[in-house]
Amino acid sequence: MNIWLIMLIGGLVTFGLRFSLIYLFGRFEVPQTMRRALHYVPPAVLSAIIFPEILFHDGALDLSLGNTRLLAGLIAILTAWFSRNTLLTILVGMAALLILQLL
Amino acid sequence: MSEARKEFWNGVRAEVPLLIGVFPFGMIYGALALNAGLSAFASQMMSSMIFAGSAQFVTAQLVHDAAPGFVIIVTIAVVNLRHMLYSASLAPYLKNLSLKWKTLLSYLLTDEAYAPTILKFEKDGATPFSHWFLLGAGFSLWFTWQVSTALGIFLGAEIPREWPLDFALPLTFIAMVVPVLKKQPMIAAALSAGVTALLAYHLPFKLGLIVAALVGIAVGTWLEGRESPRGMI
Repeated sequence: MNIWLIMLIGGLVTFGLRFSLIYLFGRFEVPQTMRRALHYVPPAVLSAIIFPEILFHDGALDLSLGNTRLLAGLIAILTAWFSRNTLLTILVGMAALLILQLL
Repeated sequence: MSEARKEFWNGVRAEVPLLIGVFPFGMIYGALALNAGLSAFASQMMSSMIFAGSAQFVTAQLVHDAAPGFVIIVTIAVVNLRHMLYSASLAPYLKNLSLKWKTLLSYLLTDEAYAPTILKFEKDGATPFSHWFLLGAGFSLWFTWQVSTALGIFLGAEIPREWPLDFALPLTFIAMVVPVLKKQPMIAAALSAGVTALLAYHLPFKLGLIVAALVGIAVGTWLEGRESPRGMI
């Protein structure tokens, strides 16, 4: 699909979600279970992207020390855990990958 | 100064601390979208067409992975579902506005605009000009997002091609996920989604991503419900 069409539909969907209940106010109550489920969307979606990115190498699972992205990813996870700083996590992770690739 | 203008600037002022955090984020988005293979123009336009940080990062990643369009759109919808909550929560305060105002304010309704606005609305209630506060918060965020995206695209073009910059996207996601992993259901949601993504990796059309996200959401929701049965009511 064309990137412009994706962005157009994605944008309309996003707008629709934001507009939905402001427009429909009074006709629909967000159920408790859905409210609860929404909290888990970010960690679930993002983890589903992160795991294959750092654990797969050339289409196969690679848990060895030779997987530089896995090692750099683990270093980034530790950095994020202790610093809680987005920019620092990205910088440390990138630096770790660049250094590991040179070794 | 008119009451409307005063509320607008109150909104801008309340937004400033958040803008400081948003600026580098927008720059990173711009640089990464370019690196993921989007044109400079498309990268910039996504910031106004979708105008939602995490969804834009995820879209850039999926374009980079050559995921099919419908998977990207479903993922954008899932990632942005939480905006329905904001919509529900602000609706009572905006119910008397015209359709034009509702449309404009909905377009500007992001995490960062919602946060200071709901605090203000809950404190002061709906006043004749309180929607101008949301306009001030939302517009200042929109403006900052466009400028920071442009700067990121500009600087991103200077980064040498051989740098493994595509890795910065998963790193950004790590930086976003790890800090929220405080309680057991959150950790379980992240781990179960991650492991499912590995198992379902070879599903066609990148559907593994959507399956994994749903598994993670279900596991987290179920565990939380088991921990606090009163919350089920």
